[in-house]
Amino acid sequence: MTRLTGGVLRPDLEQVAAWIGRDSRVLDLGCGDGALLDWLARERHCSGYGVEIDDAQVLACTSRGVDVIQQNIEQGLDMFGANQFQFVVLSMAIMATQHTERVVREMGRIGQEAIISFPNFGHWRHLWSLALGRMPMSRALPFEWYNTPNLHLATILDFENFLRALGMTIVDAAFLDERGRRVSILPAKRASTAIYRFRPGPTLPDIGA
Amino acid sequence: MSFESPLALASGATLRGYELAYETYGELNPERSNAVLICHALNASHHVAGVYADAPELRGWWDNMVGPGKPVDTNRFFVIGVNNLGSCFGSTGPMTRDPLTGRRYGPDFPVLTVEDWVHSQARLADALGIERFAAVMGGSLGGMQALAWSTLYAERVAHCVVIASTPQLSAQNIAFNEVARRAILTDPDFHDGRFYDYGVTPKRGLMVARMIGHITYQAGDAMAQKFGRELINQREQYDYTFDIEFQIERYLRYQSDKFSQYFDANTYLLITRVLDYFDPAAAFGGDLSAATAAATADFLVISFTSDWRFTSARSREIVQALLANRRRVTYGEIDAPHGHDAFLLDDARYHALVRAYFERVAARVAPSIPPAIPPRSARGDSA
Repeated sequence: MTRLTGGVLRPDLEQVAAWIGRDSRVLDLGCGDGALLDWLARERHCSGYGVEIDDAQVLACTSRGVDVIQQNIEQGLDMFGANQFQFVVLSMAIMATQHTERVVREMGRIGQEAIISFPNFGHWRHLWSLALGRMPMSRALPFEWYNTPNLHLATILDFENFLRALGMTIVDAAFLDERGRRVSILPAKRASTAIYRFRPGPTLPDIGA
Repeated sequence: MSFESPLALASGATLRGYELAYETYGELNPERSNAVLICHALNASHHVAGVYADAPELRGWWDNMVGPGKPVDTNRFFVIGVNNLGSCFGSTGPMTRDPLTGRRYGPDFPVLTVEDWVHSQARLADALGIERFAAVMGGSLGGMQALAWSTLYAERVAHCVVIASTPQLSAQNIAFNEVARRAILTDPDFHDGRFYDYGVTPKRGLMVARMIGHITYQAGDAMAQKFGRELINQREQYDYTFDIEFQIERYLRYQSDKFSQYFDANTYLLITRVLDYFDPAAAFGGDLSAATAAATADFLVISFTSDWRFTSARSREIVQALLANRRRVTYGEIDAPHGHDAFLLDDARYHALVRAYFERVAARVAPSIPPAIPPRSARGDSA
């Protein structure tokens, strides 16, 4: 994994950035304050836009010189033409989408490749919580069951099956623990965050991943 | 400022020389890189900001946006307001006397287009020694001018700010304009546009036209909240007359009466036509991306969710075209309740976004300008 300068980015974004090549055109869905695009513009000469609904975040993006389109990512993506971007990113936001399948299909339409990061519901702490009879709460899932914005939580296995069902090809994946360190052994249980890079198109012959 | 050379118009007509009234605020920097052109909408003028020493009640129409320490900060930018041709606040228009005949132009004043305006404004920029604007900015019809600037004079526009605007009027928009025009044209005091010669104005027609305008500028919800079904003078019973009984009626009468005292009826006809005709995509088979392909500016597009005159969907059409052209564009869709008029009103989110964007403009086009110290309230509101 390419290490990026001084932990400026959230660990999952650091991984996202590591996959994005120089001069790429990038669309960041739910871009927050625009940190990823700002970094990519400065360090990788990338261009592109964020999509964000929140007023304060739109302002934060504009203040740091990141172009942002104020739209709900569930409705506003038809503004973007097919294959307009090398990468479409959705970081730590998929679980709050309502029409998750449509959003991911749209990502495949707009981008040559897509990158999604999400909290792994199959993390052992979550399983342990459930075993003790409680809904999981963690750094990645800091909400009570009654006030969570998260509608669609998935395990790593669920997510991979979902991508295949949508006809996406997984190009790469990375897994991080709660401290943002790389997890390579037993990620399905030990990873707190999963990051997938995929592209639309037929799945290549299964090589038993 | 007077312009001697004739201006060829989209209609095929030619305007022999003309006058443009304008105001400037702030200082043009030595690099001449900090000029901002503000384009006005239907009934506004070159008086964008501030007040006149001898008329303190005449505050500029965008005074909450433009001025020292305001989102478009005149401590940093050299801001130009220009009264459009055909308007009635000092620039050549239907009220002006035709130098050839000595008679007021009236109905003989040529019908103009947004593009004609832009060409006339470009000559003003030439005369002021401004080769390239840091930004061209406008709301509503002013946004159309900004958009037209970005393609007609692409190399002269670094940033283009298009607020509460549209790439073309809808059938409904044109319909409202037509009702307004019919009100004026059928007023017996209109005299085929020669009312000046009769010492009258088609006041009733102008009032109806303005009422229609006012209704379309406001959101129904905001109107309901402001006026509801309130009767005037705290009355609780109907009078069973056709006089003013509801608060909203009194408001419309008051506003339109005020308007009819200062606005020229021929100008109203003319400018609603300018609106109707604007359709830059038409020459490109309806393809707005092709129509805006020449633009090289960075864009800020803003719409208001409660604007049912020029809806957010219309602004998104502009954004979509710019995205397809890979232009840099920021789009704010402000959830403000005030309808189309929101672009003229105070809204912390809206003003904070414009302020932040102009910080970027300043950093790009005139890095030598010292950073402004934003007023505390504006910072607080934006958090």
